[in-house]
Amino acid sequence: MIDFSLSDRIKQQNVQMQMVAEGLMRPVSREMDEKEHDKPWDFINATWQFTSAQTARMLKKLDQQQSGETTAKKEKGPSEYYMSLVYMIEWLSWGDAGIYLCLPMSALAGSAIEAVGTPEQKKRFLSRFAEGEPKWGGMAITEPHAGSDTSAIRTTARLDPETNEWVLNGEKIFVTSGLMAAEKSDGILVVWATVDPSAGRRGIKSFVVEANTPGMKVTKVEHKLGIRASDTAAIVFEDCRIPYDNILGDPEVKTTEKTKGFKGAMKTFDASRPLVAASALGVGRAALEFTKDALKKEGIEIRYTAPRHKLTAIEQDVMEMEAQYKAAWLLTLRAAWMMDQKLPNNLEASMAKAKAGKAVTFVTQKAVELLGTLGYSRDWLVEKWMRDAKINDIFEGTGQINHLIVARRILGYNRTQLK
Amino acid sequence: MISFSLTEEQQMLIDAVHRYAERELRKSMRDADETGQLPADLIASGWELGLTPSSIPETYGGFGEHSAVTGALYAEELAWGDLSAAMNLLAPNLLVIPLLEYGTDSQKESLLPQFCDMAFVPATAALLEPHITFDPHNLRTTAEKQGDHYVLNGQKVYVPLAADATHILVYANEGDSTQAFIVEKDTAGLTIGEREKNMGIKALPTYKVSLENCTIPAENKLGGEAGINFTRLLSYSYVALGAMAVGVAKASYEYAKEYAKEREAFGEPIASRQAIAFMLAEMAIDIDAARLMVWEAAWKLDRGEDATAETALVKKFTDEMVMTVTDGGVQVLGGHGYIREHPVELWFRNGRGFATFTGMAMV
Repeated sequence: MIDFSLSDRIKQQNVQMQMVAEGLMRPVSREMDEKEHDKPWDFINATWQFTSAQTARMLKKLDQQQSGETTAKKEKGPSEYYMSLVYMIEWLSWGDAGIYLCLPMSALAGSAIEAVGTPEQKKRFLSRFAEGEPKWGGMAITEPHAGSDTSAIRTTARLDPETNEWVLNGEKIFVTSGLMAAEKSDGILVVWATVDPSAGRRGIKSFVVEANTPGMKVTKVEHKLGIRASDTAAIVFEDCRIPYDNILGDPEVKTTEKTKGFKGAMKTFDASRPLVAASALGVGRAALEFTKDALKKEGIEIRYTAPRHKLTAIEQDVMEMEAQYKAAWLLTLRAAWMMDQKLPNNLEASMAKAKAGKAVTFVTQKAVELLGTLGYSRDWLVEKWMRDAKINDIFEGTGQINHLIVARRILGYNRTQLK
Repeated sequence: MISFSLTEEQQMLIDAVHRYAERELRKSMRDADETGQLPADLIASGWELGLTPSSIPETYGGFGEHSAVTGALYAEELAWGDLSAAMNLLAPNLLVIPLLEYGTDSQKESLLPQFCDMAFVPATAALLEPHITFDPHNLRTTAEKQGDHYVLNGQKVYVPLAADATHILVYANEGDSTQAFIVEKDTAGLTIGEREKNMGIKALPTYKVSLENCTIPAENKLGGEAGINFTRLLSYSYVALGAMAVGVAKASYEYAKEYAKEREAFGEPIASRQAIAFMLAEMAIDIDAARLMVWEAAWKLDRGEDATAETALVKKFTDEMVMTVTDGGVQVLGGHGYIREHPVELWFRNGRGFATFTGMAMV
């Protein structure tokens, strides 16, 4: 039945995440934003405890599934895996969206490997995330000339039959956690490259490149508008050699358009889009709560029962912020619920991301506007939240692309029927 | 834990309501709008769905219990069919829901059973007043206690089915609080005016109602001396109207989408152009978001929780959403959308009303 109550497990998790957000993130928020490329090590070391434990559990489950063992303790009731992730990410982003992205974990690299990797690959690449020092994973897709149009990437992967290695050549930009994953930790990158440039999307595969592999070099760490604590890297591949078995999925270039490899990787976005929406909404909630508190201190409270002609302009603005925020939040919960129910959610995931990006851009910009000289000042965090929020309408599928996906789905149109 | 799935009973119910909406309400919608009359048997067959009685406990002859969530589900389907018919069929809820929530035992016993019978019994409520600074918490209609009676004075408008209603629940200002008073048909001082002429909901008979020293027994004050929590009743109304707005918007969006896939311009369907496709995408997103907001507010009400803020946001969001979507519906059809043949112009006229329809529906 329709239900909006939180399970005890999520309630407990929320308490913990709030502590992390308030104790480890907010106190260093401004500093991390101003200094831009320092890392929040207290946050990283503290959170590594639970991200590594989570990975350990996932790998153990994998082992058990492989060996045919039944799990000793059967999970009671339906899964809440994605719902918990949504709430976790929302709270951490409420803390600080840039610092959240510094979470030491396999991230998109991990989700790609979990989606299309073999059991051997999962163990080989992901075990490190369950032990030792903090590590990062990242995904390298975007190139200077190719963002939304992922099929236009030019990084090549040529097979050297003598050494049975792939040789990567190309340039990637905008790799989140790229510096930490490629050079500063024992991490991994999943790199999209083409094995056959003439074959378009059919030639595109993903490859795992371990940290500090010769031929991979971080050439730049960007200076950004927001999420400054997160290292966004440009990475060059020059005759970068990786083992044959580092390819994810099927190396064959299929004759039809329907390629499992490309589609499989795109499917990870159905899972990650609601999570990006959740991150956006954490920032939105921070701005909304802060705005209402600031107004309250000035004696301005929102009168929900006042008739239209008596509502002040500011009350109307705040209610609009709340309504847009709530619309996006509920769409995000629905998308996450569908993931947990194993229902296909390509449409709903894109709806959530499209709405969240737009809503949070509006909410955070409105917040700075309403809070005047204090909102605009770097003494308060509101202006930072507005800068942090903007990325959510851009990365992991721009708002325009997500609206395009929604439009194609509702119309039943493909790429040629609706451009 | 968080869930968006319907119960089996709820699914069966909305399937049945959807069939009625599609086969009967849609069929008669245009003619009813032109003539101002719903077909004679339309409401009778809708009553067979048992919607109002499903909110009433067995003690009073019903077979269910009040659930705003279930009400939101069926209200959306009915409005998707036709808003005039939906508001007509659900008008008795305007008396039944307040009775269920705040009626004294004696009020419930004497008034609820008739709504569990086979035949539709018209009943209604009078809230809206004819001034643009209308505030439901500061009504100009007054109720003054005089001995064993209440004396009501004021003007009400947009009262559905008032001419035929056996009872009208009249909302009035008693000592700066909005209270509700059960007024029987033909009570002295109660005058049902001419049927109103509205922009939309043209097949729904609505009336001006005047109260001039309309005197009723004190026992007819809903809830007795304790009265009602009017803010909470308004929440039930905002849920109903929000759900109906979702239904009307969905109708318009679906129609526009199908049209856009058929209509060609410059060598291809207009749905292949981003301007049109993105309009439809925004409609789809906001319709789904609105529905979830209605559900969340209704769920809180069903748990006995306060939903004042949530329903205020539901009203704000859905009022705007339904106008944007129904406007988009006309726009996508272009010139053809402007003619009283395609239904989009009807939904456009109905869509504008939601910003005003406070108190005209309840679940």
